[in-house]
Amino acid sequence: MPAVSKGDGMRGLAVFISDIRNCKSKEAEIKRINKELANIRSKFKGDKALDGYSKKKYVCKLLFIFLLGHDIDFGHMEAVNLLSSNKYTEKQIGYLFISVLVNSNSELIRLINNAIKNDLSSRNPTFMCLALHCIANVGSREMAEAFASEIPRILVAGDTMDSVKQSAALCLLRLYKTSPDLVLMGEWTSRVVHLLNDQHMGVVTAAISLITCLSQKNPDEFKTCVSLAVSRLSRIVSSASTDLQDYTYYFVPAPWLSCKLLRLLQCYPPPEDGAVKGRLVECLETILNKAQEPPKSKKVQHSNAKNAILFEAISLIIHYDSEPNLLVRACNQLGQFLQHRETNLRYLALESMCTLASSEFSHEAVKTHIETVINALKTERDVSVRQRAADLLYAMCDRSNAKQIVAEMLSYLETADYSIREEMVLKVAILAEKYAVDYSWYVDTILNLIRIAGDYVSEEVWYRVIQIVINRDDVQGYAAKTVFEALQAPACHENMVKVGGYILGEFGNLIAGDPRSSPLVQFNLLHSKFHLCSVPTRALLLSAYIKFINLFPETKATIQEVLRCDSQIRNSDVELQQRAVEYLKLSSIASTDVLATVLEEMPPFPERESSILAKLKKKKGPGAVSVPDLEDGKREGGELNGGGERGPDSAAMSASNASTPSPSADLLGMRSAAPMSAAPTSAGSLLVDVFSEAGPAAPSAAVNDDGFLSSAPPSEDPATLLSEADELLNKFVCKNNGVLFENQLLQIGIKSEYRQNLGRMYLFYGNKTSVQFASFTTTVSCPGELQSHILSILRATKPVEPVVEGGAQIQQVLNIECLTDFSEAPLLNIKFRYGGALQNLSLKLPVTINKFFQPTEMTSHDFFQRWKQLSQPQQEAQKIFKANHSMDTEVLKAKLLGLGTALLDDVDPNPENYVCAGVIQTKGQQVGCLLRLEPNGQAQMYRLTLRCSKDSVSLRLCELLAQQF
Amino acid sequence: MQFMLLFSRQGKLRLQKWYVPLSDKEKKKITRELVQTVLARKPKMCSFLEWRDLKVVYKRYASLYFCCAIEHQDNELITLEIIHRYVELLDKYFGSVCELDIIFNFEKAYFILDEFLLGGEPQETSKKTVLKAIEQADLLQENVDFQMRLFAGTVCESPNNPRCSVEH
Repeated sequence: MPAVSKGDGMRGLAVFISDIRNCKSKEAEIKRINKELANIRSKFKGDKALDGYSKKKYVCKLLFIFLLGHDIDFGHMEAVNLLSSNKYTEKQIGYLFISVLVNSNSELIRLINNAIKNDLSSRNPTFMCLALHCIANVGSREMAEAFASEIPRILVAGDTMDSVKQSAALCLLRLYKTSPDLVLMGEWTSRVVHLLNDQHMGVVTAAISLITCLSQKNPDEFKTCVSLAVSRLSRIVSSASTDLQDYTYYFVPAPWLSCKLLRLLQCYPPPEDGAVKGRLVECLETILNKAQEPPKSKKVQHSNAKNAILFEAISLIIHYDSEPNLLVRACNQLGQFLQHRETNLRYLALESMCTLASSEFSHEAVKTHIETVINALKTERDVSVRQRAADLLYAMCDRSNAKQIVAEMLSYLETADYSIREEMVLKVAILAEKYAVDYSWYVDTILNLIRIAGDYVSEEVWYRVIQIVINRDDVQGYAAKTVFEALQAPACHENMVKVGGYILGEFGNLIAGDPRSSPLVQFNLLHSKFHLCSVPTRALLLSAYIKFINLFPETKATIQEVLRCDSQIRNSDVELQQRAVEYLKLSSIASTDVLATVLEEMPPFPERESSILAKLKKKKGPGAVSVPDLEDGKREGGELNGGGERGPDSAAMSASNASTPSPSADLLGMRSAAPMSAAPTSAGSLLVDVFSEAGPAAPSAAVNDDGFLSSAPPSEDPATLLSEADELLNKFVCKNNGVLFENQLLQIGIKSEYRQNLGRMYLFYGNKTSVQFASFTTTVSCPGELQSHILSILRATKPVEPVVEGGAQIQQVLNIECLTDFSEAPLLNIKFRYGGALQNLSLKLPVTINKFFQPTEMTSHDFFQRWKQLSQPQQEAQKIFKANHSMDTEVLKAKLLGLGTALLDDVDPNPENYVCAGVIQTKGQQVGCLLRLEPNGQAQMYRLTLRCSKDSVSLRLCELLAQQF
Repeated sequence: MQFMLLFSRQGKLRLQKWYVPLSDKEKKKITRELVQTVLARKPKMCSFLEWRDLKVVYKRYASLYFCCAIEHQDNELITLEIIHRYVELLDKYFGSVCELDIIFNFEKAYFILDEFLLGGEPQETSKKTVLKAIEQADLLQENVDFQMRLFAGTVCESPNNPRCSVEH
């Protein structure tokens, strides 16, 4: 054993380690350590100067103690002393101690930096490497300040030894990661890139990590690395397995370098130079071909190294997303791995296929593996592999296979590992909603979810099923019947009771005809669960009961009896008690008419309503609420998404006027549901009002007393809504000023400014004729189908003059406030008499949601973190479309800036792409939006992706923007 | 790579290398959490797992677990081979390495790792070159050690404990 004796120079250390190992208990160990610490302390403080060896030994002991997990608060000075020793062994231990234990004691850092500086300039490569290792290990800002300018010089100097170059490259990388602002490559850039051509494979291996990191941040400056990387890769891929000597690893030539080269190429779009691209495609094909060759060794290291390169090549193919042939080959290769006997390969294949599933070229190819993936979900023994399988099923799901996939995921849930259940439940709920064609299937699926994994069904999920049932009258009867049946189970989950209580309270009448589910049976069924439920659920059930009294007068006596009993009316929980008291009172004194009004069926849920908005509506509608809120003030700011508690409150608030949405309405706020019309949400969100003296017809129609009240704009004389109104709107998405409209008579100019959720718009009406316009009135309103919850209040601070002289121009100012996000534009109606004839025209006012953007600057890291956070499918909207306008960079940039977002540089690894971020400011809420625009100059196409914290905003922005480029 | 941990089947940490700045408290927390997670896994399970927003790649060699945390875009399989190459380097240096070698010569384990990986990235993947660098350093050290031993008048006996071999 020759090797071990090399390291045993310090007998005392070995003895100490043995002692520690022989300690029988934690206490004994601590005792031994304290004894040693006291000993070392006394040695360090002692009068006798310690020799280098002793210092080294004690510092090493301290290090050992620290690595055992104990705190060390001395010895730093002795370690720093060791740094300046001429003896390599002492210096080395000093550096190790500093690397592991450095703290930001500035005094010490200065001393350390001095020692490092001396070693860096020593021209002794071993010392230089030690110093560089130390900088790389500590990587603190102070070190970056001291050495960031020196290290590039060492890296590119002609006389630097290879080993020092390697250390310098990675040392610089570490400093760049911690303090990018201090590492200025500038003049060194091209020489660093050319390290890719270095003869020494070790230098290339070290340098490529640095180059990759720098390329991600400054793709333009480093783009010459692409062709160098391709030719280096090509040489490695085509080399025989022994050519590279010690850089061949288990018959695979330079696997680490190959992976890094392929990784570097993923920072860039496909090479534009045909020859380079050809060479690269050839490399990728060779790599794919090699996967089919018989292995040169049975060792797992051989196959791992080979497959590491293969997976990295597949990542590159997916990144390019432009070579259908390679994509399909990659997919087939992964398909083979799906059934490989190595668990690791199955795991990676599932993971990699997930990304392939989102490429349009390979989505179908991925889908062919559905049976294998389902099988993996059922039979894999490792939960992390099953998790990958579930992810892939989710990614490959579309309308054609949704039922199968949802069924499989549901049945898997029954036995699924607890750690992944919650995620699975969400995924099932999302898929069921996204691909529901038939809503009874959706209801069944969610109820099954609750049955199978009730504990993991979050509030959002069961809120959602209620919203959907309320909003779709074709499924209400089915839902009532299904929950009734589900509640028959002797033990059903509390979430089921909540859904059941809510739905029967609303729609129990739809199944009451059947004697098996008569009103009393329904009530008794619900009440049999009451005592087992938590307080919030009981509160919900009480609301269901009062609704029963309204739905079924015959249950009144029974229910009043229940409410009157002490356990309700004197319940120690104040919420329950109050409900019982108030409901009892309400049911006894209110007339049937009042009861019917208060307890009316829930109106359709607007596509998400904030509590702030609900409050606002209350303020705005003095006459609309016939009965004051039962528990006003107590639950303000409570419910967001129409939770169970909303029952009576909201019913009271919104009184009546519940209109049933049209079946095509996109209640889910989902891309795939229902074809998009001009009004994507039936419960639209724009309320416009002009308090214009000149337009007296407006206020009555437009001031909306009630969120759910529908009112049409004044239209005795149907105005001609210009067919190009939408085009006008599009023209102003990315700009705020210009000519809105012009004909022979009239020109309307517009100037607008926006700050946060407020805006001010100046309209200029110019009379182009020489004749007076009489009875000139303008009205701003919102189109009929969208009012309910508000969005914007426009108020003309100055009414327009009723007369516009020939050749004159008048001005009108509108103040705009964005209350919540919206998708329709307000209408501007203009009427005037010109030579006796009434002119009437309607225009869309270019108020679009993006006007309320606040740009947000963020780093690449933040951007991708947020991007990942917004990964629910409905938060993303994507469109691929043909370019309608110039694809010139400057034009695009100007448009994106005009949009109102911040255009972020150096975020997207592909410099061709544009990435923007902003926050839409509405009164009630801020909606974070991230945007990515990927132009494809060759195909004259764009891919636009939006991710927003609010689904409807993603959709609307995507629609708006797709017209702009 | 963000960090590398070596720990025993009993959960004792034998080596820790951090390539990102973290507080001692955070390091201890991460270590505790990961050691627990990895030790709970069964032998035939896959070597990769998602952990926080990182990927963890681990492999067991005899009584020691080698565990690396890598970022999302990093390659799992090649990381597995980074681990293996490090084990090979230790094996070659110590001559059939075992956990005790790493305990008693922990500083050597760190030196070898620094020659192989720096800042979390491979610096030199050639086994010969790394070992040559370490041997040169030892040569410098031995000259000194020789003098030290004369001075101290003792020679250390090497710990006589059962060794476990590295599986290939």
